[in-house]
Amino acid sequence: MQVAIDERLGLLTYKNDHETHIKLRKEEVCSKDCKDKACTFLCPAEVYLWNPAASQLKVQYENCIECGGCRMICPWDNIDCDWPRGGYGVAYKYG
Amino acid sequence: MPEDIFDAVVVGAGPCGTACALISAKGGANVALMERGEYPGAKNVQGAVMYTKMLADVIPEFWKDPTCPIERRVMEQRMVLTHGAQDWTSFSYRSEKFREPPNCFTVLRSKFDQWFAAQAEKAGANLFSGVTISEIMRANGSISGVKTSEGEELASKMIVACDGVNSIIAQKLGIIDEWRMDEVAMGVKEVLSLPKEKIEDRFNVEGDEGVTIELFGGITQNMLGYAFVYTNKETLSIGVGCKLSDLRRNLIKPYDLLDFAKKHPMISRLIKGAKPVEYSAHLIPEGGFNSMPPLYGNGYLIGGDAAQMINPTHREGSNLAMASGRYAGETILEAKKRGDYSSATLSLYEKKVKGGFIWSDLWGIRDLESNIEKDHSVFEVYPRLINEAMYHHFTVDGRTKKEHKKETIKMFLKERGLLKMMRDAWRLKSAVA
Repeated sequence: MQVAIDERLGLLTYKNDHETHIKLRKEEVCSKDCKDKACTFLCPAEVYLWNPAASQLKVQYENCIECGGCRMICPWDNIDCDWPRGGYGVAYKYG
Repeated sequence: MPEDIFDAVVVGAGPCGTACALISAKGGANVALMERGEYPGAKNVQGAVMYTKMLADVIPEFWKDPTCPIERRVMEQRMVLTHGAQDWTSFSYRSEKFREPPNCFTVLRSKFDQWFAAQAEKAGANLFSGVTISEIMRANGSISGVKTSEGEELASKMIVACDGVNSIIAQKLGIIDEWRMDEVAMGVKEVLSLPKEKIEDRFNVEGDEGVTIELFGGITQNMLGYAFVYTNKETLSIGVGCKLSDLRRNLIKPYDLLDFAKKHPMISRLIKGAKPVEYSAHLIPEGGFNSMPPLYGNGYLIGGDAAQMINPTHREGSNLAMASGRYAGETILEAKKRGDYSSATLSLYEKKVKGGFIWSDLWGIRDLESNIEKDHSVFEVYPRLINEAMYHHFTVDGRTKKEHKKETIKMFLKERGLLKMMRDAWRLKSAVA
């Protein structure tokens, strides 16, 4: 379903900051402890991608549409998702 | 940024914050309205249906202002119970009484919020866009202002948290922690462009008349939530919202659920050929009454989504936000008059909330969602049984009406049973009564 989300995100206007507003508190929690990787399913902008080869959770913060759901989804409370700095991030034209 | 001391810093230029800033500025208070988006509405997502009464309480006869970005006045509201893609049962109400003034109307929030904030500015509020708050400043035990993430300080006698479902201000004030997954729903939405004539034909409307459609049951794969289609001038808003805990349980991608809804024959024909112009997602606070934080304290108030003021059974939220924003604005004026911004004066806000529809309505449905969560099957069983009952009602196949009726009753008793139905009626009664 990668196409479905890429096309959708392609419709949006972003002003991306050079630094991420989403941090993983401990990377090893994602690679070792977390079983079902709910964030990779439930994030509506596919910010979170699991790379099994590298055993690493990739955080594509540039995709974020700022719903804040990941803060509640992670059972390990391992996602530190703040707002982008003022004026940055997604800017809806319709909303 | 100005050097003087604000009477209030209002955080978030949505329906709550803007109503608050407008009312308090109009009454002579010196208020700052802070918005983290590049412009008001840049971060805001809603269906969106706005209710006239609560906006008219802030801006009388706003609908006569040609610059007010009303998309369509809602003349007709449809509710649809879906079971699979095979059958669905609809109920709709249309009335001329909803014309002038409209009971509610559709908007696109990005445009609406910019207009609304401009009205607050006209009333004298100071709007600062593209600013996030990093710190709440305190002096001598009370709130003395806010610090922006750029390090600038704004001195203020009080603050009002209207910063939405993920209220950073409420967290910094220490009055809420993080919401649980069962206290919020996730909504995903698309705006689809469709020529005006096609909207008129497909939805049986003319001029600026509009229709809202809400769909329940199979369309959300029986999760607690609904799908919607709202008509705008030359676009349609289509979306689906479900409890985050339900999505988590089923591990369904929110946009897959949206695609699923778009393929339903009830919707697919309405949106055929329509071109997506925007995709969005947002959380909806659904904890309601039982999740509401304390509404006031020394030097602060909290309203709207940040205070869980949503009535999901009636798809209301922005109107609760506007009413609470107005109460907050009136409370700022009273605090200014008394020269007291402590909880003694700010408790007036809670009195206003308790005295109006917000408190009563949220109290009425306080246990509804937790009741439904006790037995998820209601969102599957009833749409199925009701559709089966309608099938028997309309089918002419040589059997007598008595036989059809008997079979319908037998089916209800077998599938649900009398005791369970009585229990369901008791649990769900607040959704309708």
